[in-house]
Amino acid sequence: MNADRHEHVSSEAASPEGYNFAYLDEQTKRMLRRALLKAVAVPGYQVPFGGREMPLPYGWGTGGIQVTAAVIGSDDVLKVIDQGADDTTNAVSIRRFFVTTTGVDTTEKTCDATVIQTRHRIPETPLSEGQILVYQVPIPEPLRFIEPSETETRKMHALQEYGVMHVKLYEDIAHFGHIATAYAYPVKVNGRYVMDPSPIPKFDNPKMHQSPALQLFGAGREKRIYAVPPFTDVESLDFEDYPFEIQSWDHHCDICGASESFLDEVVTDDQGGRLFVCSDTDYCRTRVEAEGVQAVASPAKTQEVLS
Amino acid sequence: MNQPAQTIERTPATEQPVLSVRNLTKLYAPSKGCHDVSFDLHPGEVLGIVGESGSGKTTLLKTLSARLAPDRGELLYLNSEQQLMDVYQLPEFRRRQLLRSDWGVVHQHPQDGLRMRVSAGANIGERLMAVGDRHYQQLRQRGLGWLKAVEIDEDRIDDNPSTFSGGMQQRLQIARNLVTHPRLVFMDEPTGGLDVSVQARLLDLLRNLVMDMNLSVVIVTHDLAVARLLSHRLMVMRRGEVVEQGLTDQILDDPQHPYTQLLVSSVLAP
Repeated sequence: MNADRHEHVSSEAASPEGYNFAYLDEQTKRMLRRALLKAVAVPGYQVPFGGREMPLPYGWGTGGIQVTAAVIGSDDVLKVIDQGADDTTNAVSIRRFFVTTTGVDTTEKTCDATVIQTRHRIPETPLSEGQILVYQVPIPEPLRFIEPSETETRKMHALQEYGVMHVKLYEDIAHFGHIATAYAYPVKVNGRYVMDPSPIPKFDNPKMHQSPALQLFGAGREKRIYAVPPFTDVESLDFEDYPFEIQSWDHHCDICGASESFLDEVVTDDQGGRLFVCSDTDYCRTRVEAEGVQAVASPAKTQEVLS
Repeated sequence: MNQPAQTIERTPATEQPVLSVRNLTKLYAPSKGCHDVSFDLHPGEVLGIVGESGSGKTTLLKTLSARLAPDRGELLYLNSEQQLMDVYQLPEFRRRQLLRSDWGVVHQHPQDGLRMRVSAGANIGERLMAVGDRHYQQLRQRGLGWLKAVEIDEDRIDDNPSTFSGGMQQRLQIARNLVTHPRLVFMDEPTGGLDVSVQARLLDLLRNLVMDMNLSVVIVTHDLAVARLLSHRLMVMRRGEVVEQGLTDQILDDPQHPYTQLLVSSVLAP
């Protein structure tokens, strides 16, 4: 405890007067770390924690921020993304929040970051050992859609009564002819707990499987923390005759030409003009900067999208 | 009206009871609930529980169907492997497993027993998925087969039960319970709230299903006509006590206890 306090005295100089390193007080961080340790020990299990009021509204990432605040140290390098992009409102606000309260270095490069807080995406660049991915989660309970009672869902998790998860997928096939769930696609972690992977597209589900990075999930409003430790099995639920599939596109990225990344469709005018671009801005830029890729897209279009 | 008497012959006396109840007691207050109930239920047998409102019928049914722990007494179930299990001594997950595979519960109100926001097909398939069925086309075929068996149009399979009539909802609830081929089914006033013609059709369907699948059934009703049509044996309850039990025809035609006599004489003849 004491050592901790001394260490933080120096960095407090960088934070606004009267605030602790990373905004939360040390007792709150201890409470969060206890919850995190339990979450890592029981992969996919939702651990309740005493969620604090944060200086931004619920739904904007209060859970993710609290988790990041609990794990970040002064020598960490932070990256914050929202829908894959580093420069959208949510990402910019949260990055600035941590710069102000901790003084840590930030980066847009996935490979340089030690802590990545994300909303709705997993970076395209494969993560490596030692990195921490923090997810912002709106609804942590995958069974909630069919069972409104919290006591009942907790019992269902405890007794592994997961038949109803397939009811949801059954309904998709019955009504749409295929599994139409495109995001927050339910997964089974370590062969035990069914988990909501937060609203990431199902395109990203395979990246969670046996990932070398530590994945932490924080839900601020629901006050739940869960985790997937490195190198853990994460299996997407499916039917034998309707196996799990990820999204694919007929297009390539109009900026970098990538054919294997998650694409966003951008409407460019009211004449039907549209572009398909990587949702992961860092991945796209890295590819453009690498030699030989530039030629794929016209410079004008590139300029237009990047500006 | 006299069929049940013959079907009871199908149960040889040597066969072990599928459910043995000994001194089962669950009281909320003195004479509120059920007190000291004992009986045996044999395979293929239908037991009716009759009595006025507040006599403890539903409490007894909940206790019997492992959904309400008794204060005292034993509930023994003989599973398909001929093992006798004390239901309330089982760990909770085994008890819930029983409820979704070997047993079925048909509620009085369909909205208690159905998922109203998912399609009829998913309602039927849920139990199968819960026991590990993961093949969509097979689930679909089973769903269609059961809709046919309970006389619901097959092209309603993708419609939500909230768009069904009361009688259809009740039949869907029955299909949803019978899809895993349970051995024991508990029914709480399955025909309550239905008009007489729909009631007659449902009773007819139930009777056929019970015979075809050799189900053991405990059925709670306050309607003596339903009891006479479906059940082989009757238990009459009053103020939480069983006041009389025996063969259905015997009880209804020759009631011994004053309360049973009152009950039988209160039936309005059309």
